[in-house]
Amino acid sequence: MEPMIVVEGATKTFTLHQQGGIALPVMEGAALRVLPGECVALTGPSGVGKSTLMRMIYGNYLAAEGSVRVAGLEIRGARARDILALRRETLGYVSQFLRVVPRVPCLDVVAEPLTALGTEIGEARERAGTLLRRLNIPEALWSLSPLTFSGGEQQRVNIARGFVHAYPAMLLDEPTASLDAANRGEVLGLIEEAKARGAAIVGIFHDAEARARVCDRELDVAAFAPAAPPSSGHEVSG
Amino acid sequence: MSGALAAVAAADPLLEVVGLTKRYGARIGCADVDFDLWPGEVLGIVGESGSGKTTLLRCLAGELSADEGRVGYSGGSAVVDVLAMTEPERRRLMRTEWALVHQNPRDGLRLGVSAGANVGERLMAAGWRHYGRIRETAADWLTRVEIDASRIDERPTAFSGGMQQRLQIARNLVTGPRLVLMDEPTGGLDVSVQARLLDLIRGLVRDLGLSAIVVTHDLAVVRLLADRLVVMKVGRIVESGLTDQVLDDPQHAYTQLLVSSVLRV
Repeated sequence: MEPMIVVEGATKTFTLHQQGGIALPVMEGAALRVLPGECVALTGPSGVGKSTLMRMIYGNYLAAEGSVRVAGLEIRGARARDILALRRETLGYVSQFLRVVPRVPCLDVVAEPLTALGTEIGEARERAGTLLRRLNIPEALWSLSPLTFSGGEQQRVNIARGFVHAYPAMLLDEPTASLDAANRGEVLGLIEEAKARGAAIVGIFHDAEARARVCDRELDVAAFAPAAPPSSGHEVSG
Repeated sequence: MSGALAAVAAADPLLEVVGLTKRYGARIGCADVDFDLWPGEVLGIVGESGSGKTTLLRCLAGELSADEGRVGYSGGSAVVDVLAMTEPERRRLMRTEWALVHQNPRDGLRLGVSAGANVGERLMAAGWRHYGRIRETAADWLTRVEIDASRIDERPTAFSGGMQQRLQIARNLVTGPRLVLMDEPTGGLDVSVQARLLDLIRGLVRDLGLSAIVVTHDLAVVRLLADRLVVMKVGRIVESGLTDQVLDDPQHAYTQLLVSSVLRV
């Protein structure tokens, strides 16, 4: 079986032009292969570069060297429009932050990945509603902007948005953090269903039990720390 | 049409800008600007005041004449160089397939005529003649931009700034353009009105499949609106790429400065 996500020899350096152009190498020789139906957990202490690696796969951070491929597309050097098409159809990403146009109703925020693919709005909203119901977002909130919601509710809206389309590849940045037991169970169920339909998943889970339940393998990102670590405690956020 | 470059192929960009340069005497307005725009894409152009982004937009819209360069547009069956068009051809293009939304709605509206006439005028310029259909279409577009159709006979001067901006958008989009150029479309509006306008523009882009070039200094606006970003400094493009990549992992010193200067709320 062809892997869906492949990272080979990827490096990442941040050059801080505002601070005299210091170059901070944060990752070296990153390697990862994820098959369809597989879930790989990125592990390691805070600041080790788990989110950085995930962002490199998403095309949000530029890898300096090496290769990052998703569904056969080389992300490094890819045209922006090819990455956009990949994100629309193939590669989903549940980040820790909800970034949406203010005042757009929750239901439409969740339905948007489907309407972007040309699904008719009524059907998109219906599927969005099914997920919101499953994630225990009360129907009374669906017509409100999720920016007014609590942190835990925003996270569940983000998850619903990430799972509304059946992406063949998914990146999940702490999808179960700050959820109660019932909602955590629902999210893990969604991940298991995505795996069952053949999605290749890379996830960051601080929760060891969640990892044990849905992940097939763990990858310690500390193995990709640069040989000479950055002197200051530069922490890569998000 | 003059300036035909080649036949349009399916994989062609809608717009191909090559080496666009505009000088004001010895000073550079914009120089060596290259970019492509694809159907359905929103391109953001950011930079500080004086970075040349409005000059670039005005050259594209034909309000300024560029000194050098080529703007290939895949309109109809042939790729045409917009810069080589005759004035009547260009005016025809700007009232049919292209549209320009000004920062100040007063520059893009006719204040002496009613809201309905502002929208209908563009239809008439595009060859519509049936009064009833023009009025009906105008009323429909007022509703689409969330202006109560009962206000169709009021003049824009009776509208708030946000309503005027939405009216300007209706006036520009009524003829179903393929490319919309926007200069700071949310500038000068209250933040709550901005949000509504952003949602409206996104919905129209998605539903009508149009392409847009949005000039703004507001990075929060481009993050939500633009697929791709071009960063300009003193008339030149210093960085371009996917919007979130340019904002989250800026490579150029100037982009890093811009991104780090934004207040977060």
